[in-house]
Amino acid sequence: MKLNLKTGKVDMSHGSGGRAMANLIQELFVKHLDNEFLRQGNDSAAFEMAAGRTVMATDGHVISPLFFPGGDIGSLAVHGTINDVAMMGAKPLYLSAGFILEEGFPLADLDRIVESMARAAAAAGVAIVTGDTKVVEQGKGDGVFITTTGIGIVPEGVEVSGDRARVGDVILISGSMGDHGIAILSKRENLEFDTTIESDSAALNGLVADMVAAVPQIRCLRDPTRGGLATTLNELATQSGVGMQLNESAIPVKPQVAAACELLGIDPLYVANEGKLIVICAERDAETLLGVMRDHPLGREAAWIGRVVEDRHCLVQMETRFGGQRLVDWLAGEQLPRIC
Amino acid sequence: MKYIDEFRDQRQARAIAKAIAREAIPSRRYRLMEFCGGHTHAIFRYGVQGLMPDNVEFVHGPGCPVCVLPIGRLDEAMQMVERHGVILCTYGDMMRVPGGKRRSLTQVKADGADIRMIYSTQDALKVARDNPDRQVVFFAIGFETTTPPTAVAIKQADAEGLKNFSVFCNHVLTPAALGAILNAETPVDIDGFLGPSHVSTVIGSAAYEPFAGQYGKPIVIAGFEPLDVMQSALMAIRMINEGRCEVDNEYTRAVTREGNTKAQAAVDEVFELRDAFEWRGLGSIPKSALRIRSEFAAFDAEKRFPVEAQPVSDVKGCACPEILRGQKKPLDCKLFGTVCTPENPMGSCMVSSEGACAAYWSYGRHQHVSKQGAA
Repeated sequence: MKLNLKTGKVDMSHGSGGRAMANLIQELFVKHLDNEFLRQGNDSAAFEMAAGRTVMATDGHVISPLFFPGGDIGSLAVHGTINDVAMMGAKPLYLSAGFILEEGFPLADLDRIVESMARAAAAAGVAIVTGDTKVVEQGKGDGVFITTTGIGIVPEGVEVSGDRARVGDVILISGSMGDHGIAILSKRENLEFDTTIESDSAALNGLVADMVAAVPQIRCLRDPTRGGLATTLNELATQSGVGMQLNESAIPVKPQVAAACELLGIDPLYVANEGKLIVICAERDAETLLGVMRDHPLGREAAWIGRVVEDRHCLVQMETRFGGQRLVDWLAGEQLPRIC
Repeated sequence: MKYIDEFRDQRQARAIAKAIAREAIPSRRYRLMEFCGGHTHAIFRYGVQGLMPDNVEFVHGPGCPVCVLPIGRLDEAMQMVERHGVILCTYGDMMRVPGGKRRSLTQVKADGADIRMIYSTQDALKVARDNPDRQVVFFAIGFETTTPPTAVAIKQADAEGLKNFSVFCNHVLTPAALGAILNAETPVDIDGFLGPSHVSTVIGSAAYEPFAGQYGKPIVIAGFEPLDVMQSALMAIRMINEGRCEVDNEYTRAVTREGNTKAQAAVDEVFELRDAFEWRGLGSIPKSALRIRSEFAAFDAEKRFPVEAQPVSDVKGCACPEILRGQKKPLDCKLFGTVCTPENPMGSCMVSSEGACAAYWSYGRHQHVSKQGAA
């Protein structure tokens, strides 16, 4: 029986292992994601890997809403894992994708999501080579959850790690902060507001490839996703046993994002990004890296935002735009809107 | 951002800082209580204290609505959800406050209760409209800023004939809190006040005039932007130097002497004074809070969903009460930063970002650390 992609819905048989599942795989997943590995029809993918350090990362995606300005759960699931692999300085090669579908989920939406994954993966030059589908009863999922795992290779001579920041190093970011989180918040059911902000969701492997080619001795790379720039810098400071001193005026925040944050009483430094990276490098490499980043479409607004300093308490501090000095702490709990 | 960036300008800040340094007499101290959590937040977020001379000190006041709500009222809200099965709509700040038995609304929600975080009373009305077969209670807290929207919501529910919407009213009054601080048995060591910003847009600056004269303390109505806070500090220092105990208004772009009379009328129509209300840290204060008038009893959650929370004392060692009265600073609390952190708050001052302890911890801990290092 052919899959009804217009009005059909996911039912329990799509996860049963029977013919319905085979149909779903062929008519939806393979249709969009088609490649030699999937075509073989095995339960896993076999491929050759070049010699060298291999990187592996996994990421679960449970976003709500599933479709948002600038992307959807499909493209996000591809970008998220590619970026985690790339943040080791690696070139991502292959992805796997595990889907947990909720009974009753419209097949048309699933079709859109998988098509978006295919587009995102193709644009990043990465193949989705194996996958899995499970169906849970209605009420036991939130439409669709997607877990992706990625594997990649680190170019020789590159050794990027969160514990390598050294006192005197320079902190750069690839662009404006908070776009993704604000785009998502603007579409939350109880919070819709009008904004032109789109998620920055993007695969950063191309940008990283240019960066490590120019400066293989990059110390740390990380994408400031959940918890935003503030929390990610605190992670890096703790991992490396150093402090950080930032300059708020140098941190790019789009006016629309700043306005939305102002309205909601939240701080853009704690808002999630999905297409930005933080890089820490020796000062002598900073200008070269900034140049390479600004030459790439995803790094046009790259900025030098601070410096690694000595601090046994591993605190991140910032000179505010106002001229004062303050701490930039870890995010505590969820970002909660203020009352007054 | 227009109307925002102008009030966060670094050059202006430096200029005012210089003026303050000129105005402040070196031989004396100036202890200024900023009344609202919004001020506290601005002082820390922008590093305002660091721009002040050493003898000008901000003392944090009780104006954080989450911080002054007694635990018992939070427990009662929890009972409404757990015993009566209502949908509870609450502002986000309340979600993590530990109640009796140290449970927060976040945990009650995780245990299966239907608790919705909302941004405005209009959201709560929408939840009620969307769930006609469920009872929806709005957990109303806050000073005079949040009271008019609650009044409007009740009037709207009345007009629409919404039968499943009610309000658990915990609205409190700013002048009463100011009076309680000035009347305290142990006199508070404060030279002047930076008065409420948003609250004053509603009640007007005249509301504070009796206090300034009677207690001999200058009060400057101060906006929430960092330049507002600095300019207000300068005005307060001048008044102190001149021995002038009046109400001055820095926040003229939003506050008038009379306030928003339309909002005041809406509040009067729906609410009336309680004889007394328990405040966290300040104790029971007569005529300091509002309840829903009997004409609107159908929307009064306290009448519809009987609850009785046991009185709960604060965690032993928690200095929230003294901090809310301006008698202690967060660093004076033994629990601060050891057992009490934003991840595991013991007292409400650590929960809300407007609370003095949370602001110290999140924005100002480095000063504590550097002092320790120097010692």
